[in-house]
Amino acid sequence: MISLADFIVVAAILFCIAAAGLFINRKNVIVLLMSIELMLLAVNTNFVGFSRFLGDVSGQVFVFFILTVAAAEAAIGLAILVLLFRTRSTINIADIDSMKG
Amino acid sequence: MPTLNDVLIMLPELYVVTATCFLFMLDAFMKPAQRPLLHWLAIGVLLVAIFMVVAGQPEGTVTAFGGMFVRDQVAEIIKVFALATTAMVFVYGRPYLIDRGLRGGEFYTLMLFAVVGIMLVVSAGNLLTLYLGLELLALSSYALVALNRDQKLPAEAAIKFFVLSALASGMLLYGMSMVYGASGMGGEATLGLAQLNQVLGYTTAPKLLQFGMIFMIVGVAFELGIAPFHMWLPDVYHGAPSPVTTFISAGSKLAAFGLAYRLLATGMGDLGEQWRLILAVLATASLVIGNLVAIVQTNFKRMMAYSTISHMGYLLLGLSAGNPEGYAAAMFYAICYALMAVAAFGVMLALSRAGFECEEISDFKGLNQKAPWMAFLMLLAMFSLAGVPPLFGFWAKVMVLEAAIHGGMLWLAIVGIVTAFIGLYYYLYVIKVMYFDQPEEGGAVAAKPDRSLRVVLSANALSLLVLGVWWGPLLGWCKRAFGA
Repeated sequence: MISLADFIVVAAILFCIAAAGLFINRKNVIVLLMSIELMLLAVNTNFVGFSRFLGDVSGQVFVFFILTVAAAEAAIGLAILVLLFRTRSTINIADIDSMKG
Repeated sequence: MPTLNDVLIMLPELYVVTATCFLFMLDAFMKPAQRPLLHWLAIGVLLVAIFMVVAGQPEGTVTAFGGMFVRDQVAEIIKVFALATTAMVFVYGRPYLIDRGLRGGEFYTLMLFAVVGIMLVVSAGNLLTLYLGLELLALSSYALVALNRDQKLPAEAAIKFFVLSALASGMLLYGMSMVYGASGMGGEATLGLAQLNQVLGYTTAPKLLQFGMIFMIVGVAFELGIAPFHMWLPDVYHGAPSPVTTFISAGSKLAAFGLAYRLLATGMGDLGEQWRLILAVLATASLVIGNLVAIVQTNFKRMMAYSTISHMGYLLLGLSAGNPEGYAAAMFYAICYALMAVAAFGVMLALSRAGFECEEISDFKGLNQKAPWMAFLMLLAMFSLAGVPPLFGFWAKVMVLEAAIHGGMLWLAIVGIVTAFIGLYYYLYVIKVMYFDQPEEGGAVAAKPDRSLRVVLSANALSLLVLGVWWGPLLGWCKRAFGA
């Protein structure tokens, strides 16, 4: 039997992987987008777990909205990425440093 | 089931959404020669929305859609000012956008959708509505920052804004899921903010609750631009087209105040003792870092970004008092800051022209000799931002400091006063550059002859003086909204 604690632990691990991907990654903007998606999925796991074990359906409704917003966010993120590549022919994070301070 | 009454309560938001979709269609079918009309239509939409918000003001608090949407005095006041500052951004931004060929319908539609996002955030009665409103605002803002798509800086600013803001909303959501879980242990699991406040005190998982609360505060701090989470702000201000910068510094900050108030006060007000000290520490960091780093900036937009960081610190001073008086002071501060920021950026926009951004502080050299009226308006905005006595900004600072002292945080008020004196330096430096330096070749020349811009900007900047003398009614309005 899978317990609530298992859900929370899996979500926490996913969240940490996502956070690590955002902070450690120095190479590629696409990896950043993937990390953001993973972070939202960690949240979804949490919501589904709580919703299932607390017997309240609103958490699962929230998950649907998060999934939808995540899709919209990915669309805009990729659009900005295309823009970035067009203006400077690189998506290497280390090269995105025209502004500092 | 939603009833007609629910729809009527939400009418201003529904109206703005419908009108924006209509403008979007109109833009697609318009002849290029008719495009300038969009500007006036968009301002018209905002003015009608202000009228609807004010005219439909309910007695006390009403909720719609089963508590998802709340309409109360707090929401009404923020909405009026968010709509008004956005209308000002349209007026100030028009010559800038024309010069740079950005006057498409997308600017207006995205701005209006962002405003709907603000209206939803401040009226949210549920974590879900709060999140959706915030994302609507954020997604529109990303696209707005990247509006000038052939330039290098906007794309870079947009990707930084996108990644950090998505990280912030991820943190916020993670916190929300924890708090949702905590509410279900020992009580009825709920996403409603008012219900959360009732059940969270009885939770059998206080560690889970604190964990979630800290994640939520981090998310809020990101949105406000509070010190350890402020890294996105200077780059976004610098890289975004100036009208968008103006909007982000005024409208988005009003929304961020609404977000903080709804989450912390409505949702977890009874747990105030647990989050007050966290806010106080964040406020200290913000006041110190914002004011100190602003001193070394040479770019006016970056300087204003650090000035925003310090001003959001003052706003937290009010919130960290954790009582209605403090919330009222914080809202008063948010409104005051929005008016000051719009005025300061408005002067900058009035002096920009094609191929010249007027964004370095050195561009303002000797402005008094070339455009004395604009220099005077900037002087008012700077004195008000610095908090010099007869102006509006002074009273806003007094109110938050008073709230912090009454909330038992004397040390925080002392930090606030000391950093205000440090901050004086860089505001006065701009004034010194305008009035006592000799003009340089290539600096700002006379302002744009755009009449609507001059009239609204003058009214905006002079209102800082008028409200500085006659601030009672606005403060009374804010206090009544919170029942202080």
